[in-house]
Amino acid sequence: MKPQTKTVAVLRYRPEQDTEPFWQEYEVPFADDTSVLAALNYIKDELDGTLSFRWSCRQAICGSCGFMIAGKPRLACKSFLREFPGKVTVEALAHFPIERDLVVVMDDFIAKIERVKPWLMPREERSPDAGEYRQTPQEMSLYEQFAGCINCGLCYAACPQVGLNPDFLGPAAIALLHRYNLDSRDGGSEARKQLINAEVGVFNCTAVGYCSAVCPKMVDPANAVNVNKMNSARDYFFRFLPRPGNKGDCQ
Amino acid sequence: MKDSLKRSHEPVFWLLFGAGGMLAALAGAMLVFLLAFGVPAGLLPAGALSYASMHALATHVLGKGALFAVVALFFWHAVHRIFHSLHDIGIHATLRARLLVYGSAAAGTLVAAWALLALGF
Repeated sequence: MKPQTKTVAVLRYRPEQDTEPFWQEYEVPFADDTSVLAALNYIKDELDGTLSFRWSCRQAICGSCGFMIAGKPRLACKSFLREFPGKVTVEALAHFPIERDLVVVMDDFIAKIERVKPWLMPREERSPDAGEYRQTPQEMSLYEQFAGCINCGLCYAACPQVGLNPDFLGPAAIALLHRYNLDSRDGGSEARKQLINAEVGVFNCTAVGYCSAVCPKMVDPANAVNVNKMNSARDYFFRFLPRPGNKGDCQ
Repeated sequence: MKDSLKRSHEPVFWLLFGAGGMLAALAGAMLVFLLAFGVPAGLLPAGALSYASMHALATHVLGKGALFAVVALFFWHAVHRIFHSLHDIGIHATLRARLLVYGSAAAGTLVAAWALLALGF
């Protein structure tokens, strides 16, 4: 039996020879379990070796294969040809500069992630002799959801405000900031405050919520942003009041 | 990405927007019903919106407060939404746009305060 095929239209851009991106169509054989990533690999291996795209794990863990598929930000490994009637379009992620074909420049995104200081800044310094920093399951459940981010960039392609203002810190970075602020072992909220309160911070968001809708890992960046709007507003008005010291501090 | 970490003054406008939105959600639909349908369509006694009862409401200190909150906060809510919607459709924030939208809410607030105070207690 001849396998059924589907037209996959890819937005190509090869900076050394193209002045602007153009659509190129390929006919790809597919079955129910053919992912868009498998289709791209078929094109690369069998039809056109010049096509460039990032991928690695094939199981929505690595966050490399985020593209605009049928106009929406999705992971190619988590989208299947069977889901799309007719032609499937695949383009580079929106709001990111195209490096080549489906490969985008992630530098600015990575810089934003780094700016939120996404690491544990211990609330209290302990020596290794004092043992591990312990945490109850309840304490972990507060931030666990936000720790699921795989840095795929889909939420940046979804966010209209990132598109309008490239300086906006953006959904994933704020979700990650929130993840560390919520961690019972972390004492870095103060160090992260200036960034979140700044003009590049939370108040660029207009509560569209599409970031959370497209997240392939069920992270809810929109929630992190909204909670931080309130935190930021509280800090704005109450910053001049004396702050209670940390528990156990000398009064 | 900009390196400047200038503090955003958005909390002032965002909180006024939020307060107005909350009030609109709680009271807006009922106000529209009372003023546009309830009394004009005869579902409620005509006297409910008579000059005398409205005047009594506007001269009572609690009534004044409620009327002021509804008018002023609805203003701040509306202009903030308009301001950000303009941004969404590509008309970006300049100082002039800011002064125009938030200035109109400030003017509305002042007029409401003046009118309510001028009525006396």
